[in-house]
Amino acid sequence: MDNRNMTVMEYLPDMQVIDSLIMDEVMNAYDAYDYNAYTASDVAAALSHEQISMADFAALLSPAAQPFIEQMAARAKSETYKHFGNAVGVYTPLYIANYCENHCVYCGFNCKNKIHRAVLSHEEVEAEYRSIAADGYKEILILTGESRAKSSVEYIGKSLEIASKYFSTVGIEIYPVNADEYAYFHKCGADYVSVYQETYNKTTYSEQHLSGSKRVFPYRFYAQERALIGGMRGVCFGALLGLDDFRKDAFAVGSHAVLVQKKYPHAEISFSTPRIRPFVGGDDKIPCGVNERQLLGVMLAYRLLMPFAGINISTRESANFRDGVIGMCATKISAGSQVGVGGHDGDSKSENQFELADERTLSEIDKMLRKKGMQPIFTDSSYL
Amino acid sequence: MKSDKLIIGGHEFNSRFILGSGKFSLELMNAVVNHAEVEMITVALRRANIGGENNILDYIPKGVTLIPNTSGARDHKEAVRIARLAREVGCGNFVKVEVIADSKYLMPNNYETVKATEILAKEGFIVMPYMYPDLYTARDLVSAGASAVMPLGAPIGTNKGLLTRDFISMLIEEIDLPIIVDAGIGKPSQACEAMELGASAIMANTAVATAQDVNLMASAFALAIKAGRSAYLAGLGRVLDRHAEASSPLTGFLED
Repeated sequence: MDNRNMTVMEYLPDMQVIDSLIMDEVMNAYDAYDYNAYTASDVAAALSHEQISMADFAALLSPAAQPFIEQMAARAKSETYKHFGNAVGVYTPLYIANYCENHCVYCGFNCKNKIHRAVLSHEEVEAEYRSIAADGYKEILILTGESRAKSSVEYIGKSLEIASKYFSTVGIEIYPVNADEYAYFHKCGADYVSVYQETYNKTTYSEQHLSGSKRVFPYRFYAQERALIGGMRGVCFGALLGLDDFRKDAFAVGSHAVLVQKKYPHAEISFSTPRIRPFVGGDDKIPCGVNERQLLGVMLAYRLLMPFAGINISTRESANFRDGVIGMCATKISAGSQVGVGGHDGDSKSENQFELADERTLSEIDKMLRKKGMQPIFTDSSYL
Repeated sequence: MKSDKLIIGGHEFNSRFILGSGKFSLELMNAVVNHAEVEMITVALRRANIGGENNILDYIPKGVTLIPNTSGARDHKEAVRIARLAREVGCGNFVKVEVIADSKYLMPNNYETVKATEILAKEGFIVMPYMYPDLYTARDLVSAGASAVMPLGAPIGTNKGLLTRDFISMLIEEIDLPIIVDAGIGKPSQACEAMELGASAIMANTAVATAQDVNLMASAFALAIKAGRSAYLAGLGRVLDRHAEASSPLTGFLED
């Protein structure tokens, strides 16, 4: 269905609408958040509190917090250590398809880009799994482009069933689905769901997502809740930092995660902090840059807000940055990443979705972690 | 001094220090166990990379009793499944039951814990349930067939010590099973305090794992636990006891 002329708030047919008020709460907080209103004393007060409130979080994301980055890092490190010790989760992502029905201005896989498209057959998927498992991985993140037609729910479900033969932990980063479909994916072996809102600014969201189901803002917003209703163990939140005002987006991400955790106390919460990177056909389309210092500020603020939450560190970042944040605020790191379709067992069947900055293999990541005194953890959940 | 053994499910232990394994490097395990003369180690089954590399189970030194825990279980059914899986992969009959359905505070769900304990005890497990120190729950755990009761001193990972001191004391007085203080113990002095109260053993993880010198901290805990145990056995001085006696009789005025 062509939704180019619809607003981002209009659902498409067959999209489940759940009974929840969280979006209103997050959007009200987002609209009201004026980060220039915070001063150094607000930041100092926030850092003196044992539990970081939403008001404290707002201060920690503000420009006034920049001079406090060292103190924030020290506290983040101690919180991370208290909750995770020196254990660091290690996983790898696998794209099994890259067909996409969305027209997202910033993405290399968008449907208007003339790139090679592929869907791995289940035999090819299994060959990839075998090769990944042989490297020693026990946790995999399975990704597709957002095409229900080319990578159907059944296709993904079958891929998950095969994955559970090889891995103890299976996560998915695919198009948002209804709760009963998440329940089906859970039954097939998936426990974790990542969905990124990209930006919480509805105007920017509309300008960046021109058509396709991803254009529907609230359906994407409520994906984590539907996943939890479907029985998933954990959900991951994130904005594509730099697509719009990163401070406001990070504030919305934190609010979103806090409210979901409060409503579903058992849910394991995690964050990803992707920054917009150069991509195929998009050299001049990066709206607002986020530098490393600012990115670190966001990661530290998430850690202080939710000391118990997982934070993933993307391969979009340099080896130097990843090594610096792991154990300080990040708790999970990918290795041997491929961001084209397949690629673990033979060559990738497509261009990459974005440029990788850290191409280290598992053994290199493993070595780095041990050198830092960290313990690589390959499995940290049992599928039950 | 006559022998002072800790007995859990018919098994005798000399050490009263149970070590958690989730937060420090596997390579350190052997040294820590030796330094602190540890005889029991808990391991999260979800962390066990069965058949893979860096499998934590391969790092447990010989002669140490492995106590798999059910961390990751959100209800009693999941706890039961994890315990059975642990037994299937050769972890033995001990199980520390943990049922947690709150990712923020990681507080144990006492009700689900009792249910899991009942099922597992019937299946022949030596069940050591982790719980919030509530007297009624502790009694239910006894009826359910638990082999020890593991009340929390403070929320897990907080290193806040014996915040639940008075409630743990009730369990020590009323429950005829080993009371093992688990979670929240941040310093050897707090471990010692719990042992003075009459706790049977201490379980610690974060406090040891986050020390600068893990081995030295582990042995500090071992010493503190021994000191606390000795003080308990010796009987604290009367002035410190709750049932303190006045130095001259209060009833001396009575004439017949």
